[in-house]
Amino acid sequence: MARRLPRKDVVIVGLGWTGSILAYELARTGLDVVALERGPWRDTASDFNIGTAPDELRYAVRHDIFLRPKQETLTMRNNPSQTALPIRKWGSFLPGNGVGGAGLHWNGQTWRFLPDDFRIRSHMIERYGQGILPEGNQIQDWPVSYDELEPHYDRFEQVAGISGKAGNIKGKIQPGGNPFEGARERDYPTPPLKQGYAQSLFTKAATEMGLHPFPRPSANISMAYTNPYGCSMAPCTYCGFCEWFGCANYSKSSPQTCVLPALVREPTFEARTDCEVTKINLSGDGKTATGVTYVDASGEEWEQPGDLVLVCAFSLFNVRLLLLSGIGKPYDPASGKGVVGRNYAYQTGSGALGFFNDAKFNPFAAAGSLGVALDDYNSDNFDHGPHGFVGGASITSAHTNGRPIRYHPTPPGTPTWGSAWKKAVKDNYQRVTNVGAQGSVMSYRNNYLDLDPTYKDPLGRPLMRMTFDYQPNEQKMANWMAERCQEIVKAMGASSTKLNRLGVPWSVVPYQTTHNTGGAVMGNDPNTSVLNRYLQSWDVSNVFVMGASAFPQNAGYNPTGTVGALTYWSLEAILKYLKSPGALVSR
Amino acid sequence: MESADRRYGRTSRRPDGASPARHGVTRRGLLLATAALLVTTSGVNARVVTKVLPWKPNDAYPVAPVVPGGYLFFTASEAAVVEAFVDRLIPADDLGPGAKEAGVTTFIDRQLTGPYGGHDWLYMAGPFSENPLPSQGLQSELTPRQQYRMGIAALEAYCKATFNRGFAELAAADQDKLIAGLEKGAVQLPNFSSKTLFTAIYNNAIEGFFADPIYGGNRDMIGWKLVGFPGVRYDFRDVIDRPNQAYTLPPVSLQGRPAWGER
Repeated sequence: MARRLPRKDVVIVGLGWTGSILAYELARTGLDVVALERGPWRDTASDFNIGTAPDELRYAVRHDIFLRPKQETLTMRNNPSQTALPIRKWGSFLPGNGVGGAGLHWNGQTWRFLPDDFRIRSHMIERYGQGILPEGNQIQDWPVSYDELEPHYDRFEQVAGISGKAGNIKGKIQPGGNPFEGARERDYPTPPLKQGYAQSLFTKAATEMGLHPFPRPSANISMAYTNPYGCSMAPCTYCGFCEWFGCANYSKSSPQTCVLPALVREPTFEARTDCEVTKINLSGDGKTATGVTYVDASGEEWEQPGDLVLVCAFSLFNVRLLLLSGIGKPYDPASGKGVVGRNYAYQTGSGALGFFNDAKFNPFAAAGSLGVALDDYNSDNFDHGPHGFVGGASITSAHTNGRPIRYHPTPPGTPTWGSAWKKAVKDNYQRVTNVGAQGSVMSYRNNYLDLDPTYKDPLGRPLMRMTFDYQPNEQKMANWMAERCQEIVKAMGASSTKLNRLGVPWSVVPYQTTHNTGGAVMGNDPNTSVLNRYLQSWDVSNVFVMGASAFPQNAGYNPTGTVGALTYWSLEAILKYLKSPGALVSR
Repeated sequence: MESADRRYGRTSRRPDGASPARHGVTRRGLLLATAALLVTTSGVNARVVTKVLPWKPNDAYPVAPVVPGGYLFFTASEAAVVEAFVDRLIPADDLGPGAKEAGVTTFIDRQLTGPYGGHDWLYMAGPFSENPLPSQGLQSELTPRQQYRMGIAALEAYCKATFNRGFAELAAADQDKLIAGLEKGAVQLPNFSSKTLFTAIYNNAIEGFFADPIYGGNRDMIGWKLVGFPGVRYDFRDVIDRPNQAYTLPPVSLQGRPAWGER
């Protein structure tokens, strides 16, 4: 039996970006806030010390700071006719664990979605007719517009100190920025990172092709900066250890660098780490959450009562906690009914490698978000009519690292070992660069999340089951994008290229992206969404669910900027809710 | 104490396998227990952080450097097979030393004695499927330690039956032919998947050739020098400022450079 602890005003599940922001903003209004984090405490000085942090084997290969599959994983299959098996070892995506969550090991690409992305269904039908929508799709307009989110994007960018160049300030196009972006109130808080040699070739080639390259917005920041919470950051040194690593320089925006130093000083805040929330507890009628049950490091079970429960885990684990707690009706693809687990999406990756006769790209001098991008082929910035697909991709020339265990590109046809391999590895390390397309994934009836009937976690609870594959629409889109990338890398001067098409069926083996979205989506219709437009549960009004699990489908960008914006958008609603508890939107 | 290790504890998080403290009590745990500003909710067995960041000077988590010499997992004959195998995968040649000279066998040996060798961090609960989809990835019950022990035994049995001598005693050309057969699955080993053995040794050889020398491989930063990776300098603002120019400084590892120890 769980032992009962004293009540708190606010119980937060997960202490990553969304949990730490909400904890700080609510604790400073005087509320008693407890954050329960299933992983360990992590901070820069101890865990990402400069003498230990740049260790490729430890972090990028052995996955030291990530959630261990032994503790929790998912099962996966490509379609509902198959039997799902556990992801025994992470590959395609890599969920974080511990304080900071994925906000600790991310690369830091911090995008705003485009205005059209938020009303993609209506927009595509208006411009192209119903026929453009792919078979089996469940694409939905977002219940919030770009204009509504703009101040909240801005707030997140200011807190995270994002480096970038505005392309559109109050409707006026800015040279050097992204001309396709939605109107912004003001520029980024810090100027863009410097770029490498490959990016200068990309910029020149793309501009000559009539495209519109710009430095991509980065959470590896370009200069010393103190954010609105009083937290200070230092300039990025292009060390090349961003994604899958903590930053030892205080240069990468994360909960550790941007929020926690202010948060821990709030006297009404408490973090408990190594505590895994197993369930959100409900009142007898199922309409109110009474708090959560969690298990501590010794296996002891506790009940933490609270007036407000904020679900702030990684997107996939938000969905699982709702399923395990019986909040919202689970989605059933056969009937198309139910909502929890519905509209899981992901991201496409494709592109082209370019091999140059004579270049010194110095790939090790890099940062997670260093790169020049273009949005000419993203969202509906180009005519989709001739192509017959929905969606798009941001196309980027980037060097995020040159860490040699995983980065030692060789031309097609190179033997996999022996002296010839060794020579190719030596000859090509400096001469290869990539142009990549990160693309949107639409939502479909048969791509979804539910509980697995067979496999369990160490606490005996069912693992979540992921049923996902890239549908023809995404294959067509991503492969078309790969050809665009190849054109650009040729124009940059590559003597030979290697086209990287979208890998199908989707496989858990190669790393692709940790941009898992959907499953607890926001919407205006409770029959097709778990949350209302304020990220409040339709069914249990004192439960709010943050994160990319709320995306109705995924856009051609990294999700964190939009996750941050939604958090501040929801915070505003939570503050209203606290004055007058109840549903913020009636069913 | 199993619980700390089983779930979240620091005790098993070091990839070198060395246990920083016994009974699930870490040095940091002890420091924190004495930190006056940390309060605990009565009875809850959790790290509680409130009012101050829980940080002490020098409270970091370095890996314990591998000390070369002898083998902790491999028998002498297993080590000889692995050494001969990696010597063919990444041979010494006119471009410089190879995997053998880089200490890759020691690297693999030490990795196998740690959490990697037992798949300690992976989901290893059954049932195990007989016919998984390729897209479902790793579905074998065998840990890396078992893969090496059983795989090398199978390879040796095959070599004895086919060539009447062990793998390490074969001519280089025969070793190459055999390795290529294992890679393609064309050679059938007795009761063991040839591809599984190849993949295990191949992946670990690449890791050991390019990982920080602190793990026992990449001796003298041989692998980094081959490609021109400068290691862990952690500040390349000067490189960014000079595009398309060769980088000429020698590499640095987590333990510095060998010359730094000389006076």
